[in-house]
Amino acid sequence: MAAAAELALLEKSLGLSKRNKYSARGDRQIPVLQTNNGPSLTGLTTIAAHLVKQANKEYLLGSTAEEKAIVQQWLEYRVTQVDKHSNKDDIRTLLKDLNAYLEDKVYLTGYNFTLADILLYYGLHRFISIFIGVKLTTELP
Amino acid sequence: MRLFVSEGAPGNLPVLAAAGRVRGRAELLISTVGPEECMVPFLTRPKVPVLQLDSGNYLFSTSSICRYFFLLSGWEQDDLTNQWLEWEATELQPALSAALYCLVVQGKKGEDVLGPVRRALTHIDHSLSRQNCPFLAGETESLADIVLWGALYPLLQDPAYLPEELGALHSWFQTLSTQEPCQRAAETVLKQQGVLALRPYLQKQPQPSPPDESAVTNEPEEEELATLSEEEIAMAVTAWENGLESLPPLRPRQNPVLPVAGERNVLITSALPYVNNVPHLGNIIGCVLSADVFARYSRLRQWNTLYLCGTDEYGTATETKAMEEGLTPQEICDKYHVIHADIYRWFNISFDIFGRTTTPQQTKITQDIFQRLLTRGFVLRDTVEQLRCEHCARFLADRFVEGVCPFCGYEEARGDQCDKCGKLINAIELKKPQCKVCRSCPVVKSSQHLFLDLPKLEKRLEEWLGKTLPGSDWTPNARFIIRSWLRDGLKPRCITRDLKWGTPVPLEGFEDKVFYVWFDATIGYLSITANYTDQWERWWKNPEQVDLYQFMAKDNVPFHGLVFPCSALGTEDNYTLVSHLIATEYLNYEDGKFSKSRGVGVFGDMAQDTGIPADIWRFYLLYIRPEGQDSAFSWADMLLKNNSELLNNLGNFINRAGMFVSKFFGGYVPEMVLTPDDQRLLAHVTLELRHYHQLLEKVRIRDALRSILTISRHGNQYIQVNEPWKRIKGNEADRQRAGTVTGLAVNIAALLSVMLQPYMPTVSTTIQDQLQLPRPACSILLTNFLCTLPAGHQIGTVSPLFQKLENDQIESLKQRFGGGQAKVSPKPEVVETVTTAGPQQIQVLMDEVTKQGNTVRELKAQKADKNQIAAEVAKLLELKKQLALAEGKPLETSKGKKKK
Repeated sequence: MAAAAELALLEKSLGLSKRNKYSARGDRQIPVLQTNNGPSLTGLTTIAAHLVKQANKEYLLGSTAEEKAIVQQWLEYRVTQVDKHSNKDDIRTLLKDLNAYLEDKVYLTGYNFTLADILLYYGLHRFISIFIGVKLTTELP
Repeated sequence: MRLFVSEGAPGNLPVLAAAGRVRGRAELLISTVGPEECMVPFLTRPKVPVLQLDSGNYLFSTSSICRYFFLLSGWEQDDLTNQWLEWEATELQPALSAALYCLVVQGKKGEDVLGPVRRALTHIDHSLSRQNCPFLAGETESLADIVLWGALYPLLQDPAYLPEELGALHSWFQTLSTQEPCQRAAETVLKQQGVLALRPYLQKQPQPSPPDESAVTNEPEEEELATLSEEEIAMAVTAWENGLESLPPLRPRQNPVLPVAGERNVLITSALPYVNNVPHLGNIIGCVLSADVFARYSRLRQWNTLYLCGTDEYGTATETKAMEEGLTPQEICDKYHVIHADIYRWFNISFDIFGRTTTPQQTKITQDIFQRLLTRGFVLRDTVEQLRCEHCARFLADRFVEGVCPFCGYEEARGDQCDKCGKLINAIELKKPQCKVCRSCPVVKSSQHLFLDLPKLEKRLEEWLGKTLPGSDWTPNARFIIRSWLRDGLKPRCITRDLKWGTPVPLEGFEDKVFYVWFDATIGYLSITANYTDQWERWWKNPEQVDLYQFMAKDNVPFHGLVFPCSALGTEDNYTLVSHLIATEYLNYEDGKFSKSRGVGVFGDMAQDTGIPADIWRFYLLYIRPEGQDSAFSWADMLLKNNSELLNNLGNFINRAGMFVSKFFGGYVPEMVLTPDDQRLLAHVTLELRHYHQLLEKVRIRDALRSILTISRHGNQYIQVNEPWKRIKGNEADRQRAGTVTGLAVNIAALLSVMLQPYMPTVSTTIQDQLQLPRPACSILLTNFLCTLPAGHQIGTVSPLFQKLENDQIESLKQRFGGGQAKVSPKPEVVETVTTAGPQQIQVLMDEVTKQGNTVRELKAQKADKNQIAAEVAKLLELKKQLALAEGKPLETSKGKKKK
């Protein structure tokens, strides 16, 4: 899924009525959001966090310092690990690790649904059809 | 909470620097673990540093640990910090790991290390200087600064890797490095051993994959929309209203062009292409086309400009080529000089002179410089032992000898290096040497040669560089190359060769020798000018009045930045030396290199057969100009850029603006009554125009092209929002609005036609004809946006400027110019019918063997699939067999080798 489509989907699920337009930069098609008041924002997770604030749903970024750090950690994981063009072995390891992590959790931060769950879900979507066997559904609300 | 670190892990730096934030707020224990210990139960691969939280959860991302420390101290997250951290994780880290691995584990130096990160460093520098703040996210040091500082510290603490032209980055880095928490973290982690302290850790890590696309990306940095002050807007409006009146009189073009006292005199050279090669697109963008853009720009600024180039004609390669084609060297030069001149004419290169080096002037000036160096004691004599082929009656250059490697016994070692063991070889040490042309055994003969005493000139060179470099526009790569040569110390350079085709050496005992290109190729610029005007010294011995810009690819930097300046300084003859040395990186073709022998890539003479106009080629090559980093030519990308940038953006805007004038206003520019929105647009265009000037003054050609496209994008948006085609049908006020919008738009189109002139001269003229732009406005570009098409001006006939490139058209061109076929090697039967293959065919095969060898090594290094490796090895063996056949060796040689 192209980053712009993903962000549009996020806007919708956040209940944002005003749709933004995104441009893409570079070969990796990194999304860029031109904001009216101020400089543009670049990067999927940066824009996503911005949208969450725009929708007044800051709780999706975590409530405590610990949660906030964990949300950002998994957002980083999404763009560095999940989006990396990996071979099958890497993907298998990645899914195995995630599965182990989620063994005793409902969501990535524990019990609260956050932006990290949304973006990781979008990011993993493309793998799941390939690796049906791996359990990931615990993550889904 | 407990922090786990490992000796020498780069992530320790930011984490320890940020840890100070939690002092007194939470208890933090630090434990050291081995680099391969898995501290996080759910992660398969080891990862340090790791923070184990009191809740039992783990933070395994360096930035998130730092973020957590900052959050605990009451800091709040913001968009800008998020953006920097995301950039750090996705862009900086991959590049940095590659650079650190090169430096620390592989022990490489210089450009190998700096290359991968240069773009990222420049990005930080630009951001810092653009926002005018001392820190990344504002007036005070914050999370983003600590994370980036920590990532960069191991590399940048060595001044060799902190390019001095990145001033803003420099001072940011110094400020942070001297702060107490950072200083302490640095001491703890690097232990005064510098970057080598990371070695025990990095050695245990897998080799990072090269940062994939970023190294050859064709996308320049995005510029941000600036905020405008009232004054800026008012000034833009005043300048606009002054219009054509503010243009100075047109400077008449003289012949010959000579420097004029009190004016800016710009002398531009592009590297002299070697005569016997047809230049490929990489050569063209590297020097002549880049220099042409600057020369045209310089003329638009009304600077007194002379742009010269020519073919470099002397040397071994010409002699060999002549032998191959059965012509004399002079005939070869005559033939290829014309080929070159035709190609550059087709590309619309605006040389004032395109000369050649085989002229009496070249002999006269070279010999004069030599005599002056000789009398001043800057020339040394030494005896050199060389291989001479008695059969061919000539001394053999390294690449014309082959033999058994003295170190490993490999039978096909080259004259300079063994392909098997990789050791450097002195050609006379080869066992059983063979002349590659006739296969007979050469003998060792000693030969007297002359050397330029560079060590003796080094001090003068340093003095001159000290005066020249600061504030000049030398490109970073050129500065780096010169700096590393000086750091390694200069050595005497041999300036003579045992050849016939060259400038004779005017010294007794050297009658059958000529000067080597190291010495006399750069003198070509002087002799070419001397053939243009007998007053050439007014350009070349006039450093006070002349600003010399020299364009080249980076491999040519030592000749221009070091050897020629040393020669010139040694003559004590007040030569004009290079003020701005502009070196490009390399242009690749699709995923590989251009290769004449393999028929891969587009060469100058073929571009015109594609049916794609020269201006489109110019545009695309300049759009992807390897400025600051390597870039790649790609057919698909060319199609995309033509259809999106030229057709849909630029062409669409200019055409629409003109069409509205014709259709709605009978071809006459309507009255314009500017609203505050229009004035704001004027100011934005002016700002972008200024930016264009700033960039081109610094010879950042590729970036300046972007300003043109940005203005045209503004223009398209302006038309789209104001919808003149609807308003023209409305009431009086609406019609007036339609007139203003159309008038402003067509004036922006006129401005664009002038800004475009250096890049696409033919298209520029076409637009100016269509708009009937007044003469002076066509040839002068000021720093202000003027109304050059006032109300009532009549324009000409407007027609579309660009054509769409179609997929199948580009597909078939891609097929034709290869890339795909390169891997298909000729069948062995074909080779067998060639009893004695020419050196060229052998060279082709040798190149293929080398390339295939690299492929195999790469695959092995990546631990690729075994079958895949086996298949590639089979190809390699097949190629080696063909090579042996082509060289007329019996096939058994390869087996015999193993028996020994």
